[in-house]
Amino acid sequence: MDLPADLKYTASHEWIRSEADGTLTIGITDHAQEALGDLVFIELPAVGRKVKAGEVCAVVESVKAASDIYAPVSGEVSATNEQVVASPEMVNADAYGNWLYKLRPDDIAELASLLDAAAYAAVVAEE
Amino acid sequence: MLKQTPLNAVHRAAGAKMVDFGGWDMPVSYGSQIEEHHAVRRDAGMFDVSHMLAIDLESAGPDTAKQTARDFLRYALANNVGKLTVTGKALYSCLLKPDGGVLDDLIVYFLRENWFRIVVNAGTADKDVAWLRSLQEERGDALKLTPRRDLAMIAVQGPSARERVWAALPNSKAITEPLKPFMAGEVGEYFIARTGYTGEDGLEIMLPSARAVEFWSALAAAGVRPCGLGARDTLRLEAGMNLYGQDMDETVNPLESGLAWTVDLASARDFVGKAALLARPAARQLTGLLLTDKGGVLRAHQKVMTRAGDGEITSGTFSPTLGASIALARLPAGVMAGEAVNVDIRGKALAARVVKPPFVRHGKSLLV
Repeated sequence: MDLPADLKYTASHEWIRSEADGTLTIGITDHAQEALGDLVFIELPAVGRKVKAGEVCAVVESVKAASDIYAPVSGEVSATNEQVVASPEMVNADAYGNWLYKLRPDDIAELASLLDAAAYAAVVAEE
Repeated sequence: MLKQTPLNAVHRAAGAKMVDFGGWDMPVSYGSQIEEHHAVRRDAGMFDVSHMLAIDLESAGPDTAKQTARDFLRYALANNVGKLTVTGKALYSCLLKPDGGVLDDLIVYFLRENWFRIVVNAGTADKDVAWLRSLQEERGDALKLTPRRDLAMIAVQGPSARERVWAALPNSKAITEPLKPFMAGEVGEYFIARTGYTGEDGLEIMLPSARAVEFWSALAAAGVRPCGLGARDTLRLEAGMNLYGQDMDETVNPLESGLAWTVDLASARDFVGKAALLARPAARQLTGLLLTDKGGVLRAHQKVMTRAGDGEITSGTFSPTLGASIALARLPAGVMAGEAVNVDIRGKALAARVVKPPFVRHGKSLLV
């Protein structure tokens, strides 16, 4: 399983990268894209939307199924990746190279609740 | 413990993603479901459908020479096996309950006057066998009913499917090349029919389980791409074919399931469910939908709002051939092809158009 060590993860299969400007870049894990199969539709939150940790803020749909994407921490959506909206299959090809949206967190301390690669690997192993 | 087909180890060795399908451990895809779909539309793909069950019905006892099997099926099936006059001819039919509900859908092959074969769905196979036996007992027919779990079944589908089968099994060509669609022939221990569930040309091959791995490998070597149940579902939905348990079940009748063409209500023949079908006009219909708005993918159980009342999607997906989302939906009777309806997707009412299935046939879009 491909799990970059510099990323954080959630049990709901999102990855999170802390950027130098204080924002978080968020995508879905390689395990998630593999489980969903060929992606055909992605809906992202509006830039400027305030989200709470654990709130549904995006949807990805594959040929097989729809899956909700949850905000890993509370914050404000600061950017969305329109390229993956136009070509959802990019996420299948490279789940860590193709992010979904960026979030400016309300409280940086909330990041402590996220999983590291080893802890996420354990979550996946239990499924 | 999930049941396994003779090809289970082959699927696992190929890295297939496996799922529980009606109690069977089956491949959903070997990689990209969309690529498998396109392989069938453009070239050739193969499906392990050994979980389906062939059941042989043979006239038995002193009645061996008589038409017991045919007479039994004339009563048991909603479609009329009287249409099967040429050896090898196949017919699609529903198996109904007395109240008209659909127990299963199946294909029946006419092999000899005292030997018919039906092929039924995996999840309903045990129920079907029990039902047919109870019907036989009630009628007192001298009939031998044999579930053929000793057979494997492989569907090879696509515009190049027949040529690839001939490459893998050269001695089959003489028998199968002249076969018209919905006709079957025997090649030694192989039973080969020009039928399928994809809307493409192709062959379905029943063979002894012990030969399945060898034949699958020969097909792969001939350039046939292994395809999983995922692609099988998008292909059959594009082709406008129902999936039992999803688009129809015991709670609906064939007239409400887009299958009026398979039910013979005109002739004098009596059959199980006929009286119930005649007694009640269909209040609902099964038809196609094409999502015309952006905003998601049509899925089973989404609500459809029409001018004549609400309906429900029974199967929905993204169509790889059309690049759009399509569905089968059960709608109030009277809603016509071409009408605009709305579908509730995550609380939003998205626009869709009613379309008469099929959506795709022989690789080409039928949308206008």
